[in-house]
Amino acid sequence: MHEPFSSAAPPIVEIRRVTRQFGNKTALDDLSLTVPRGGVFGLIGGNGAGKTTLIKHVLGMLKAQSGSVQVFGLDPVQNPVGTLGRIGYLSEDRDLPNWMRVCELMRYTQAFFPNWDEAYAEELREAFDLDGNARIKNLSRGQRARAGLLVALAHRPELLVLDEPSSGLDPVVRRDILGAIIRTIADEGRTVLFSSHLLDEVERVADRVAIIHQGRILLTAPMDEIKDTHRRMTLRFGQPLDRPPSLVGTLSFEGQGVEWSYICNGESGQLRRAAEAIGATVVGDTALTLDEIFVSRILS
Amino acid sequence: MQIHISPHDGVPIYQQVVNQIKYLVASGRLAAGEELPAIRVLAEQLLVNPNTVARAYRELETAGIVEKRRTAGTYVSDQGSPLARRERVKILTGRIDALLAEARHMDVALEEIVKLVQQRHAAMQSTRNEE
Repeated sequence: MHEPFSSAAPPIVEIRRVTRQFGNKTALDDLSLTVPRGGVFGLIGGNGAGKTTLIKHVLGMLKAQSGSVQVFGLDPVQNPVGTLGRIGYLSEDRDLPNWMRVCELMRYTQAFFPNWDEAYAEELREAFDLDGNARIKNLSRGQRARAGLLVALAHRPELLVLDEPSSGLDPVVRRDILGAIIRTIADEGRTVLFSSHLLDEVERVADRVAIIHQGRILLTAPMDEIKDTHRRMTLRFGQPLDRPPSLVGTLSFEGQGVEWSYICNGESGQLRRAAEAIGATVVGDTALTLDEIFVSRILS
Repeated sequence: MQIHISPHDGVPIYQQVVNQIKYLVASGRLAAGEELPAIRVLAEQLLVNPNTVARAYRELETAGIVEKRRTAGTYVSDQGSPLARRERVKILTGRIDALLAEARHMDVALEEIVKLVQQRHAAMQSTRNEE
């Protein structure tokens, strides 16, 4: 398998110091983010954190009020043809033309994309069990998501952008979406950028993660690195304490008496040495789920 | 090959794949010379990133559990290799440490444990001979 993030390859998306206001609300606050070529980039954040606003800037649907956005090295607002033609996009509300039939949606979308792969589109339609004659407005939520995914994938885009693709869907359709993400990047050099609040899904498929909170990026790193550098350390002290002493890199702690559990940013060996230095015995040292890391980062 | 990924216990996914393949090999459910699924196939089956599967296969290769062949496939190694033996000793050492810790809590002496292990071994042998 190829190395997904070689620094030599120019990034797919480069966002530099973008600020976006809606009225007096700041949606993006001097935000910078680089999405390298190849692999799956997971954008995680709570409701209203700025995920969708950020994605709309990538797609050129919003113009940066300050700062710059480049996709494939181009400004997506000034050069929509050079960028949008190479992007497959599935929006959170999956806004498809309700009055069309599925086969009409496919023909209609095909007209915008010179690279549309008819055989692949048909293969996806069958795999997703979509009836070509069905009207979009009569599709179930899951079938609607599959139709949206089909038209996002069938031109084999260099960049696949999915905004909360799994929200409100049953596990079967979610499997289709994760499968599509995996197949997309298994084709060498393709990139997936997806936002989600379902962190177990992000943990499964993302190579790299960015945590967005209140319009700012709190943390961006390879998934492996994030997992390696966040630990839950459970410590025992010589006598009961009302409040435990601070430990290097602590994001949060809980416990009582002689036993306290810390969520820390640091590597296992380093944290163990720090624990010994404050006179504690390490009784637990475990990895954290992405969910736990996210929550402790947001709250700290 | 049955592998189950649990995203809820915090263990990195590549590590879960490594642990389960080691277990399948050690328990004989994956035999020497057997071919593992291609990276892409396993990634789609488990719904995980292909790079995660690739990393797991690399770790298994370093540990001597599997080997790459010229034809690009990944195969279970012959378990007679010194690396594989070292890996088995490592797995057993972990189990023995856990057993010793438990025995100590229960106040059971080492001689008693050794005797018990021999008894269990004899019991297993006799059931095997009956088969």
